[in-house]
Amino acid sequence: MHTIMKKVTGGLGILALGAGAMLAAGAAQADERKGLTTPDGHPLSKVISGYEFRIPETQALQDDDFQNPGMLWVDTGAELWDTAAGEANKSCADCHGDAADSMNEAGAHYPKWNEKAGKAVNLEQQINTCRTENQKAEAWKWESEPLLSMTSFVRHQSRGTPVAVQTDGPMTPVFEKGKELYYTRNGQLDMACANCHEDNNGNRIRSDMLSQGQSNGFPTYRLKWQKVGSLHRRFKGCMKQVRATPYKVGSDEFVALELYLAWRGVGLPVETPAVRN
Amino acid sequence: MATPRPRVKAPSKASKGEVVTIKTLISHKMESGQRKDKEGNIIPRKIINGFACTLNGNPVFSCDILPAISANPYIEFHAKVEESGEFEFTWTEDGGATYSTKSAITVS
Repeated sequence: MHTIMKKVTGGLGILALGAGAMLAAGAAQADERKGLTTPDGHPLSKVISGYEFRIPETQALQDDDFQNPGMLWVDTGAELWDTAAGEANKSCADCHGDAADSMNEAGAHYPKWNEKAGKAVNLEQQINTCRTENQKAEAWKWESEPLLSMTSFVRHQSRGTPVAVQTDGPMTPVFEKGKELYYTRNGQLDMACANCHEDNNGNRIRSDMLSQGQSNGFPTYRLKWQKVGSLHRRFKGCMKQVRATPYKVGSDEFVALELYLAWRGVGLPVETPAVRN
Repeated sequence: MATPRPRVKAPSKASKGEVVTIKTLISHKMESGQRKDKEGNIIPRKIINGFACTLNGNPVFSCDILPAISANPYIEFHAKVEESGEFEFTWTEDGGATYSTKSAITVS
């Protein structure tokens, strides 16, 4: 028993030293990556897309629209866009016309304040509002194929548009809530989003490279998932990794966090569908 | 992706004897047969187990695919074209179902 204890404490010492070295390396590596300069008061010195943290092979998958498996969902979304649904028997195209024109900005500006709902809504929720109110159809389930496809398709229309979200006016409390969540330590490992994505981006966590946790590529084709997934699914994954009880997908908490994240990535071009590992 | 959806990118024009690049992708879950459902039962294997490409019925390229291949398999290969015609691409799924698509090429 005694020897085991000694080994354990010895191990901790090395870990602590390792953490110190990691922090220094992180700052240096951030300088090597392409990014955007940040406005005053921004917590990061540079805003860097998750794309820059991935290996060249993964980047190549994203760069070629044919190879990019996320485009399969975009194609399905394009079909759904023209398909009439619900009691109203209307398709998205009947109201919005050609998505390339009508949706070329939308994806970069969510979450948005919804006056009628009296709260902030993200793109998935807006799509479902359209379905229930205008098409008189059933809302799609979160993370279902049609919702993922439609979200990917709509946001894909804004590819290249810099992310910009409203954070003042009615969005102020949502933004503050998101910020609080970002910096609140959580779970058995007692870690906040900031501990990895602000303090240690560019460093390895085991064999994986930590990014800044930017949201501009979502819905993202994740190699681990072998499919496209929503930002809220990723949030849940992160929370499970720090052994916390995740909030529900589509919850006000996650929408607030989504808004705060979008603000942290202000100016980054939308990359949907991005490919990440 | 419920129904597998094949996609092909092949040139529609080429000169005689030219080596062309053909890219293919099919949406498929590639269920490996190693996973278990919530009740602990093994989810049966269902993968795309073979791919073949022919030009006017003559084989151009074919391969067997095994469970280690990831979902939505992407296959890229080269072919030397001597005559105009139609490429036919066929994916075979466990259970015998096949998915196919065609692409015409004019050789001058």
